[in-house]
Amino acid sequence: MSVSGVLTPGLAMWRTVVERNVVSFRRQWAAFVTGFAEPVFYLFSLGIGVGSLVPFVMTDGGSQVSYAAFVAPAMLASSAMNGAVMDSTFNVFFKLKYARIYDAMLATPLGPRDIAVGEVAWSLIRGGVYALVFYLVALAVGVVESWWSLLAVPAAIFIGLAFSAVGMFATTFMRSWVDFDWIMLVIQPLFLLSATFFPLATYPGWAQPIVMATPLYHGVALERGLMLGEVGWGLLWHVAYLVVLGVVGIWATSRRIETLLRS
Amino acid sequence: MSERVLLQARGLTKTFGDFTAVDGIDVEVTQGESFGFLGPNGAGKSSTMKMVAATSPPSGGDLRIFGLDPVTDGAAVRARLGNCPQQDNLDEEITVEENLHVYGRYFGLPRTVIRERTDELLDFAQLTERRKDKVEPLSGGMKRRLTIARSLINNPEILLLDEPTTGLDPQARHVLWDRLFRLKRQGVTLIITTHYMDEAEQLCDRLVVMDHGRIVAEGSPRSLIEQHSTREVLELRLPLDEHADHSDVVHLVDGVGSYVEALPDRLLVYTDHGDGALEAVHARGLQPLTSIVRRSTLEDVFLRLTGRTLVD
Repeated sequence: MSVSGVLTPGLAMWRTVVERNVVSFRRQWAAFVTGFAEPVFYLFSLGIGVGSLVPFVMTDGGSQVSYAAFVAPAMLASSAMNGAVMDSTFNVFFKLKYARIYDAMLATPLGPRDIAVGEVAWSLIRGGVYALVFYLVALAVGVVESWWSLLAVPAAIFIGLAFSAVGMFATTFMRSWVDFDWIMLVIQPLFLLSATFFPLATYPGWAQPIVMATPLYHGVALERGLMLGEVGWGLLWHVAYLVVLGVVGIWATSRRIETLLRS
Repeated sequence: MSERVLLQARGLTKTFGDFTAVDGIDVEVTQGESFGFLGPNGAGKSSTMKMVAATSPPSGGDLRIFGLDPVTDGAAVRARLGNCPQQDNLDEEITVEENLHVYGRYFGLPRTVIRERTDELLDFAQLTERRKDKVEPLSGGMKRRLTIARSLINNPEILLLDEPTTGLDPQARHVLWDRLFRLKRQGVTLIITTHYMDEAEQLCDRLVVMDHGRIVAEGSPRSLIEQHSTREVLELRLPLDEHADHSDVVHLVDGVGSYVEALPDRLLVYTDHGDGALEAVHARGLQPLTSIVRRSTLEDVFLRLTGRTLVD
């Protein structure tokens, strides 16, 4: 007589979704590198290039630092964002619409929430690796100012969480690759205008609250506080913002997968 | 001893907006049985299968699989099912054996168990030599066999096969049928949907004929043919005027057999004695362009019940 598959109760099944991605990516390391390159180029061209023209920058925390040291944390935050967004949008869309990977998963004991959590966790791993590599580059070129910066890479996980959860949620609404222009339309302004290249104080008064409401701003502020050693309880507010966005995003994504694939 | 009922549906219904895909069907499948849903495309077979697979919630009626409710106990039901969907959804970015590994992990199976079963299943699917290859370049027949092997990784109590051989060439179909026979012999309960009457006759102990979301007949292939058709069929192609259709000439063979069905390109005369009927046709002075006497099939049952052919 046939024996059914053994299922360990309480096992975090989402880990098998991560495992699938690890197996798949073993042969695709090249794809891993692309999301990491851009912020490094910016660090060198703007941070170090433009930085040589600008003697110093007054941070929102009130200290004077070199322009490269000012820009580096923002690039680290952007790196984490890029890693998370690339994975949770392009790759997820392909799996959802073309490869039907999630249809196959949903025919097993896995549920929509396992898929959402698993994919976000994988994006976090990817975003975390980007952040780590970027951190090592920043360390090597000497733009890291504080021991607190050791927390910069773990902090990048929160940025990855928020962006991959929201990115995956947005992806469930995509109809074709053309819709991905919308992602770029959101990512580009965030990248340029989240107090990344200029301190918040230099933005016009009316724009400051808008900037402060957007997610990358919180990631940048968190990373800058840690890497420049401007540490205070206020940093936890940024963490809270990113975590809430991530958790709500995962919940909403599970609901969307349920609607799309279990009709 | 009573037979163990694995699947029980009462008034099972599936609607999509205003469209009713499955319209209140009653089905029961017992352990070890090979059960089929036969019907044309759009009859509601796939919608039924998705509900049984616990991947799509019923809109109405009662459905029990292993005595469990697939909506509230979905994961527990799916853990005991093997699911071969109509469209292959293999993981094309990874290799043949990685597909089995990853899929087994989705069931929470330990790696050592998966490794053992992988060897057996690759052998079963005749894919041992391709185990290190990526899935993408495999032939249609190979992909189908891999999909079936994959669905067996958890030693399912029921294997669901939605149109298992659609799109395969005749040789690949026969290889696949052979594999499915082996499973049947091992006692695996099979639930199959198909719009091929030969597949239903080959594989199913018992089947239901579906049309427009309803069950129009139920029984073994043999009993269905006995109940709803004659022993033999005489197929005639008559010389026609340019604009005429075979439905315009049915009256010419009135009374030759028990009844006549007209298709655009031929007449089907249902009779227990095909040769005798053909002689009667000739005696009326008709000179058919072609004439064939054959045994009745499930296709004839379907035509009789619905007035339409299975594959159009």
